[in-house]
Amino acid sequence: MTHTPKPDCAGRRLTKIRDILDRHGRRASRLVPILQAVQEEYRYLPREVLTEVAAALEVSPARVFGVATFYSHFAIEPKGKHLVKLCDGTACHVKDSIPILEAIRRRLGLKAGQRTTSDRLFTVETVACLGACGLAPVVVVDDQVHGQMTPESAVQLIEDVLAREVAP
Amino acid sequence: MRAERTPAPSPGAPAARRVVVCAGTGCVAGGAYDVFQAFAAQIRAAGLSVVTEFRPEPNGHDVRLNPSGCQGFCQMGPLVTLLPEGVLYTRVKVADVAEIVSRTLLKGEWVERLLYVDPATRRRCRGPEQIPFYQRQQRYVLRECGLLDPGSIQEYVHHGGYAAARKAFRELTPEQICQEIVRSGLRGRGGGGFPTGRKWEAARTQASPKKYVICNADEGDPGAFMNRSVMEGNPHSVLEGLMIAARAIGADETLIYVRAEYPLAVQRMRQAVADAEAAGFLGSNVFDSGLALRCEVMEGAGAFVCGEETAMIASIEGQRGMPRPKPPFPAQSGLWGRPTVINNVETLVHVVRVIREGAENFRKLGTPASPGTKTFALTGHVVNTGLVEVPFGATLREVVFDIGGGVTDRRGKASRDGFKAVQIGGPSGGCLTREHLDLPLDYDSLRSAGAMVGSGGLVVMNQHTCMVSIARFFMDFTQRESCGKCVLCREGTRQMLAMLDDIMEGRANGETLALLEKLARAVQKGSLCGLGKTAPNPVLSTLRYFRAEYDAHVFHQHCPTGQCKALAKPAIDPVKCKGCTACARKCPVGAIRGEKKQPHQIDPAKCIKCGVCAEVCKFEAVVGV
Amino acid sequence: MNQNVTTRSLNVDGREVPINGERNLLEVIRKAGIDLPTFCYHSDLSVYGACRLCLVEIEGRGIQGACSTPAEPGMKVRTQTAEIREIRQIAIELLLANHNQQCPTCPKNTACQLQDVARKLGIRKVRFKPLHEPEPLDETSVSLVRDPGKCVLCGDCVRFCAEIQGIGAIDFAFRGHDAAVLPAFGLGLGEGECVNCGQCAAVCPTGALSPRPEVDAVWQALHDPAKTVVAQVAPAVRVALGEIFGLPPGTVSSSQLVTALRRLGVAKVYDTAFSADLTVVEEAHEFLQRKASGQRLPQFTSCCPAWVKFAEQYFPDLLPNLSSCKSPQQMLGALCKAILPAELGIPRRDLVVVSIMPCTAKKFEAKRPEFARDGLPDVDHVLTTQELGRMIEEAGLRFADLEPGSFDLPLGFKTGAGIIFGNSGGVSEAVLRCAVEKLTGQSLANPDFYQVRGEAGVRFADLSVHDTRLRLAVVHGLKNARILAEKVRRGEHALDLIEVMACPGGCVGGAGQPVSRGAAARQSRARGLYDADKHLELHKSQENPFVTGCYQRHLGEVGGHEAHQLLHTRYENRRSPAPSEPPAHGTL
Repeated sequence: MTHTPKPDCAGRRLTKIRDILDRHGRRASRLVPILQAVQEEYRYLPREVLTEVAAALEVSPARVFGVATFYSHFAIEPKGKHLVKLCDGTACHVKDSIPILEAIRRRLGLKAGQRTTSDRLFTVETVACLGACGLAPVVVVDDQVHGQMTPESAVQLIEDVLAREVAP
Repeated sequence: MRAERTPAPSPGAPAARRVVVCAGTGCVAGGAYDVFQAFAAQIRAAGLSVVTEFRPEPNGHDVRLNPSGCQGFCQMGPLVTLLPEGVLYTRVKVADVAEIVSRTLLKGEWVERLLYVDPATRRRCRGPEQIPFYQRQQRYVLRECGLLDPGSIQEYVHHGGYAAARKAFRELTPEQICQEIVRSGLRGRGGGGFPTGRKWEAARTQASPKKYVICNADEGDPGAFMNRSVMEGNPHSVLEGLMIAARAIGADETLIYVRAEYPLAVQRMRQAVADAEAAGFLGSNVFDSGLALRCEVMEGAGAFVCGEETAMIASIEGQRGMPRPKPPFPAQSGLWGRPTVINNVETLVHVVRVIREGAENFRKLGTPASPGTKTFALTGHVVNTGLVEVPFGATLREVVFDIGGGVTDRRGKASRDGFKAVQIGGPSGGCLTREHLDLPLDYDSLRSAGAMVGSGGLVVMNQHTCMVSIARFFMDFTQRESCGKCVLCREGTRQMLAMLDDIMEGRANGETLALLEKLARAVQKGSLCGLGKTAPNPVLSTLRYFRAEYDAHVFHQHCPTGQCKALAKPAIDPVKCKGCTACARKCPVGAIRGEKKQPHQIDPAKCIKCGVCAEVCKFEAVVGV
Repeated sequence: MNQNVTTRSLNVDGREVPINGERNLLEVIRKAGIDLPTFCYHSDLSVYGACRLCLVEIEGRGIQGACSTPAEPGMKVRTQTAEIREIRQIAIELLLANHNQQCPTCPKNTACQLQDVARKLGIRKVRFKPLHEPEPLDETSVSLVRDPGKCVLCGDCVRFCAEIQGIGAIDFAFRGHDAAVLPAFGLGLGEGECVNCGQCAAVCPTGALSPRPEVDAVWQALHDPAKTVVAQVAPAVRVALGEIFGLPPGTVSSSQLVTALRRLGVAKVYDTAFSADLTVVEEAHEFLQRKASGQRLPQFTSCCPAWVKFAEQYFPDLLPNLSSCKSPQQMLGALCKAILPAELGIPRRDLVVVSIMPCTAKKFEAKRPEFARDGLPDVDHVLTTQELGRMIEEAGLRFADLEPGSFDLPLGFKTGAGIIFGNSGGVSEAVLRCAVEKLTGQSLANPDFYQVRGEAGVRFADLSVHDTRLRLAVVHGLKNARILAEKVRRGEHALDLIEVMACPGGCVGGAGQPVSRGAAARQSRARGLYDADKHLELHKSQENPFVTGCYQRHLGEVGGHEAHQLLHTRYENRRSPAPSEPPAHGTL
């Protein structure tokens, strides 16, 4: 029988979780900021950690799961190494953001409903509005804002990341 | 009032020289930070000393260099302002900095090529007072955003900051503050336009040992970023307004709930709170009044519905952000069951001004029922995109044409007859058409036109925009953002989306349209919260003003703008086609045939409706896609 | 001017209706004789406001939900307008569009509120398209089945589990169109903290949550000539089964029930009230021993399997305080399997014990591994009251016309003390009837202990018996139990005996009982059980001659070795172990 290693959360950072919980006084009312801090640490919300959070705050795991799945910033699946966010706010949308999204997804070979590439290198998301409407349409790659995008220039951003991955 | 339009009162001694680099999101994306660093280096290289922090009495030999919040003219960023000359350079690159330092800073000459050119007059504009985009605005809320160093509480105080809060805590009673706000006629800038004074009064009169004030900075409306800009550019003005609100209702705890997509705003607000605490403006003895006041900044986690008051409260309490029925209203029973006032960022900034300058002064601008100014995020197919502030009662025409510089076409060029509609108020709002161009923008006239002020997103759309697809865009947004609690919103928005898809993809009939309208009315009337009640507005307003466009989709299987791909029937107009072969060469599937210098044809069996032919055609001969 | 303002009334559809402290406008309207439809309104739970069916038009305020609007004098309310009718119809059609509409095969068929409201609103056609992906059933729980395709997201289950049971085993997850009621992490109901009380299914307006049926397995056993099927019937079943056949709640229908079981092919019909008497004798003995030694007090009752699992999950430190007595169901099962094979002359593996219970948690209890010997469970199948009703219907028996029958002896003879086990407070009262006599050594003239009866979620009784002080608490609803147990844990409450029942009102309000909204039905059932106690000759378990006989023939001493083997059990700490810090590998 093969042992499947758990995601990088098996407990080696449990002290970090305890720090986070202590920082928020282990109060259930701080659940949202606690989950934000956990996600900061793991880049997503692993089930084991949510269970631990629920126990520490004395709330049911189902409720923690309910909160974790309500807010779009929380991910219950691991995200890719590089996060590509396409703004689909109104301003970006009327300036044709969707063809940009399609081009990026095509380039990365993402199937319908798939957000993270199978090599976990990229996660592609749309966001409602980044508030950078003056630059529409906007693509954010790893927190770097790129304005006045076209499908071609957006794909070029992906190529740039890939090139850096190959030859660091 | 003219003096109000200049960017700011001149700081300190007359000879003070200053370089302000806009560090709003737009300019930062354009490289503003690098520009800032380049200025620091070049000014030093020129033998001048660079001062980055605020000094009340500047020395004439130093050059103050500071980043500012968003100056609004994002289209032209990165923006750099030089004082005291008041010259505004646009699209500044790192390579331009040495020239700016050597010519403008050292010699007092202008770098002509970096000045804004008014496309209408072809005139180079030296500063905001000559630029139509700024000229026609009345910047109150945004006035100091583009000048102050947002990280400097001293500079804010130097400009009269916290005087109003001090007055509220030391000289005024809660009743007096509420009365002044009631007299000002200030209405909430976050959406519904509820009178702020009445809201406060309702909370003030509640007998409770504990009350809260929450600043709603969860600006979720896609296409709106005015709150972001104010928090990033002038965070202390928001905090000061919040303090006045707390004093007015008798709260000792306040909270700023900031949208998580705005990390810089979160950082600036946190810094502002920490600095205010250090200055003794917050804490156990506010302005030596003996009163305590705390403030916490909380980040949202990505849920539009949390802009709704009861959902925001649930979110702060660590729950799913699901609204609950009202009554009880938050002013009676809000956060942790205590009386709670929730005010929008912009509302709070106006509060400062009302207390500082009096209700009468505030009422001088705007209309009797909608006094004061309103910021709008002007975006979409418009020449000048950015943040604008006008008095209520200004017309759409002034905003779109005078300030915005008119409508752009598909290629981004100004287009004289391109105007089709404006979408205002985001997913809760509606569309305004050519016939509304002279409609005064205020709460009541917008509502009667089936739209709403909302938070102030104003998206201009040109003739190439399919209005069914715009309705679909908003419905897609609301159905994703619906909390899923009440049946009408959760299922109704999803069904409306499906019907709009049917319309756009040729599956709809007359019954679809009738049912869509009935469903929209039921969701509007019967939903639990404001999100649901307003979710159908984009559908209802496009049905009202663009019925013919819906009919074309449904009854003629035709999208008049050619945007709906499923209905597109690309064809080449033989009269316009010059036979240049550009389209045939670019067509990815070889669907276009024709002899050189002869009209070409599209083979509908091969065509994938990608629209490349229309893009490359210089003669606009490709129609229907 | 409204002249009626001073008399505190409001106007509903043109009629003045007085306001008498109702929680909200909906209750006033219902009191006025108008049954506004609702899914998400439940008088025991917080107001939710999601189903949008109780919308009314209030003059000057427009359309509002009646459930969330306080009743105010002078209000002018209309419950029926063209607009409201349209909204209600659309709301139902929206739900039906995505509802798994296989009504004839649904466990809630004919008892479904969605069906009922759709019929009343005259929905003839659903104008909207189905947009949800079909989702599989959740059959991980041995007590309950979850069918997400039938959920209307009214949240009654979520609020019941959190607000009354204090568990939160299920909650809303995701949002918008993806919103769903789910156990933690989307796992199965049987894989988490659910204690199987089934109250979620009891409040569910549709078939999204229902007791897991065992009818087929029971028919199979009945139809198998090699098997001998014996049944036991819990006290609370007899006062509720009749409701399925049109009898008023609280009607004692044991005699038809027994006949029905015989006609279905059951060889022996026993009474769980008999083993309740046995439980009383054992538990009172255990209690007095603890009282004498002052150890492991307060003693918690252990008859309710939902409470037992709850205690195992959240109060492992208090498990030594739980009575080690098996529940009456498991005592009777163990006795049957121990003595009947010899008495009936059949192999043990061919004896099938079926319990008829008001409860879904009993299904879980029967499958606990400690209640099986050599792979054969002491109780093979557990049917709820509802399931027995369906079997009677399936067999075509006219319930009201069945000739009277009586339980088989010896395991069918009970005292009133065993009967009142079905009510919250009943176990305490039965134990008192035994313990007080033991303490005084005298016969108790009046066996009724009204102090422990009633509806309040937590009730206390403080008795002095000679020089012994007995401090009792009776709780129902697990949230109440949690609060009390926490106080016990902190040493804030000096108590001797605590009776815990998970379901409101005790077993009469169990989730296996016929579907009823509100407390009225379970209150009638409770009265039915107290009346049945009155009508019986014996009221004290220790006077049950067959209990005495059972000790003589099979069990030996009360609390003795044999009795322990057969009648007592142990508990398991179900708290997930706290994760320990593994050694750090390499650098972080």
